[in-house]
Amino acid sequence: MSDAITKVSIIISKGSLEGIYPGLIMANGARAEGIEANLFFTFFGMEAVLRKRQSHVKVATVGNPGMHMATMLGGLPGMSALATHMMESKMEKLDIPAIPEFVEMIADTGCGMYACLASVDLFGLAKDDFIDQVQEIITVGDFYAKAAGGEIIFT
Amino acid sequence: MTTVTIAGVQAELNEEGFLVDPSQWTEEMAVELARTEGIDPLTETHWQVIRFMRSEFAAKGTGPTVRMLGKTSGVSIKELYELFPKGPAKVAARIAGIPKPKGCI
Repeated sequence: MSDAITKVSIIISKGSLEGIYPGLIMANGARAEGIEANLFFTFFGMEAVLRKRQSHVKVATVGNPGMHMATMLGGLPGMSALATHMMESKMEKLDIPAIPEFVEMIADTGCGMYACLASVDLFGLAKDDFIDQVQEIITVGDFYAKAAGGEIIFT
Repeated sequence: MTTVTIAGVQAELNEEGFLVDPSQWTEEMAVELARTEGIDPLTETHWQVIRFMRSEFAAKGTGPTVRMLGKTSGVSIKELYELFPKGPAKVAARIAGIPKPKGCI
């Protein structure tokens, strides 16, 4: 198969549950196919790899037409927590791991894990704020160097 | 679909190189299939995974995904990727003569 994909670098830039999972599933799926993979967390995507935030990622219930929920309803206190709880129960039944476990598993598969320096500065963070699996805080230039020779997917 | 002879057995392989008929599988075939995957020799831990894949297939009709392997085979995800660098569920399934497992995680 001369056109097979051999390397992929995935950017995760959103901080909602539905914004984070696709990138994680793609990274895990790539590794399962023997494809070299990197994950680059930027802006709100960093929620997935911050110690204090990764267990508290929520589903967006406002500004999310896919929820089929009226904006006024979605904005009520507790709606996001409820939608998240429902989503997490379904995921558990399907044996889809929660974000902390999933990120750790993906790191164990040998996927590279990096956070964005610009975002880290913007949010006033430090390396310690991240889980151990994040290898380095890198610039966009470093990211392009690491992504060289492969596909780049932006989520 | 191609017909090949592996360890003396004439077998059909699908486009991805998986054995079309899992019942034809023998341990000698596993050794040769592993060699084509660049895995030689097969250690005891490799065999543990291969046997686990066959028993899961026999019990559930499909091989386990990487996550299932990590959780229930007794071998950690890290070690699975060391044993089968090109994707444990996929490669171990091919060596074990079972179809490629379906599942995204």
